[in-house]
Amino acid sequence: MNPRLTRQELLRRGAAGTALLAFPSLLAACGGGGDGESTGELKDVLEFENWPYYMDTKGKTHPTLDQFKAETGITVNYYEGIDGNDTYFAKIQGPLSQGNGIGRDIIVATDNSQFPGLYISEEYVQKLDKSLIPNMDNLIDAQQSPVFDPNRDYSLPWLTGMDGIAWNEELTGGPVTSITQLFTDPKLKGKVTILEEMSDTVGLVLLDNGDDPTNVTDEAFDRAISTIEAAQESGQILKPTSQNYAPALLRGDFAASIAWSGDVAQLALENPKLKWAIPDKGGIIWTDNMLIPLGGSVPTASTLMNFYYDPKISAQVALGTSYGSSVKGVKEAALAIDPDAASNELVFPTDEMLAQLYPNDPAMVSNADYITTWQAVLGR
Amino acid sequence: MGSFFHRHPKLTPYLLLAPGIAWLAVFFLIPLGFLGYQSLQSGSYGNFEFTWEFSNFTDAFSDYREQLFRSFLYAAVATTAALLLSYPLVYWIAFKAGPWRNLFLLFIVAPFFVTYLVRTLAWLSVLNDQGPVIGFLRDVHLLGADEGLLYSTFAVISGITYNFFPFMALPLYVSLEQIDPRLLEAAKDLYASSTQAFLRVTLPLSAPGIVAGTLLTFIPAAGDFINAEFLGTENQQMIGNVIQGKFLESLDYPTAASLSFILMALILVALLVYARVVGTEKLTG
Repeated sequence: MNPRLTRQELLRRGAAGTALLAFPSLLAACGGGGDGESTGELKDVLEFENWPYYMDTKGKTHPTLDQFKAETGITVNYYEGIDGNDTYFAKIQGPLSQGNGIGRDIIVATDNSQFPGLYISEEYVQKLDKSLIPNMDNLIDAQQSPVFDPNRDYSLPWLTGMDGIAWNEELTGGPVTSITQLFTDPKLKGKVTILEEMSDTVGLVLLDNGDDPTNVTDEAFDRAISTIEAAQESGQILKPTSQNYAPALLRGDFAASIAWSGDVAQLALENPKLKWAIPDKGGIIWTDNMLIPLGGSVPTASTLMNFYYDPKISAQVALGTSYGSSVKGVKEAALAIDPDAASNELVFPTDEMLAQLYPNDPAMVSNADYITTWQAVLGR
Repeated sequence: MGSFFHRHPKLTPYLLLAPGIAWLAVFFLIPLGFLGYQSLQSGSYGNFEFTWEFSNFTDAFSDYREQLFRSFLYAAVATTAALLLSYPLVYWIAFKAGPWRNLFLLFIVAPFFVTYLVRTLAWLSVLNDQGPVIGFLRDVHLLGADEGLLYSTFAVISGITYNFFPFMALPLYVSLEQIDPRLLEAAKDLYASSTQAFLRVTLPLSAPGIVAGTLLTFIPAAGDFINAEFLGTENQQMIGNVIQGKFLESLDYPTAASLSFILMALILVALLVYARVVGTEKLTG
């Protein structure tokens, strides 16, 4: 007999037995809405919510998701509905705070925001089933114990990216190499956008001011805010944007922006005039993390995570998105796919680049006063 | 049922009111009560506590005076613009379009077949620097080579005017269409000029439409955030954007809730002032 069915059947019987013994919890489950069904079963369909520009794509299909379906029989409904860590959290926290599911098995949150930590501390997410993720051994050492999840009980990295400067060579006439240039070059006046995510924009400005983004003092933060406000008041910065900077950059609505590395690499396939670089004083590096929200199927989600922790699969996603992977052996696997793969510095940053990249200070990204100050910079 | 109404005639109006009142109670009063509860809480996400925190209101008001003022200013300008643009249009439809009336009314309503968000995003294409409007305005030197229209106060107010235009036009049309043309003939017979006939007959008779249209436009416009979000910058943020940001970005629910109440109270005050100025009989038609 198929072991999957055995497991399913066992869980079903177990659930029925428990329900009889625990009538009140049965009532609670009934009130739980459409997604409150057992979280222990392996499902045929997995619901995966992610950021845009974050999955290998061929025409209208995602090759690695098709391979996953061929290998496991599980269909993945893939959504690109995350526009900001804060806005997505706000959207789903209602049902999660009531203990209900949100119709998703996997969601993603960035480590340079307070949200991976908040999802875990509020108990909005479930523990991974590590027994189903033997490939977790391939997790690189640097990602073994992040502050928000020291034992990786709840989360696994999806992809890693960098904050830097994107520019449209046709409109700028040349490279934009520093935040100082971005914020003061008269050629760019009124044609610059910044990211609404505090950690990205403030992180780069801290570096440009010569301050340490990994250990932020109030003085350094205030300095960064003054720098940004000065560029707003001078009319240099057109406006802050969320993820929607990408199509606007492609259309040429503005000339240069603070931008995420892989996004620009993907946009450059459509418009080769788009360039991206780490600013001269350094860039910010961050990693997005997969999480299983309440109501999500732990075995199904864990199965998918295991699939993506195969270096051959992760290599396809990394090369397809120009974002970095946290899976050991990806470089070798990538070279097997494409002998030139190593030259993609966004996927495989050189040592020189790595020396220029810094993570955000976790205390900065969750500081309530800083968040309020930042909202005022955004005009609200 | 019929005999029931006959036996208890006094209950009939209440029974007819009941579904509407129940609807409002469930979808307006209960959330409003919850919002009120939230507005008096303190703490941060995960640890909100009800502490009768009235300072939320004073803090919110003093911190966001600018956006509040801007919201009312934008709403007032947009409402006035919508009135001035729609009056001649619907006047023409009501009195001159004859059999084509319904077709032209359909044109006014047609943009509503497209969702609000898409209509606003369309302005991005219309007004962007590569778009046809900017190209033309630059060619005729109304705009300099580096000047644009998008991401400005002009763009935000235009967007609001456009989006709420039918709310102004339709009530106006209804009141104009009801005017008996014989009254205008009578005015002419009494030697009124066209201007006098308009000012002393048409305009007063269309006043209920103007009042209704103004309210239907101004109230939602004051709370709007979509236009400022997409067509403006940080300098055009309205109170709706602040409330949205507090709810969806900084997770500061008490401030968001108290700002919602402040906005409601200010709109109510504006309404009362308006009613006082134009007279309550116009409000009720």
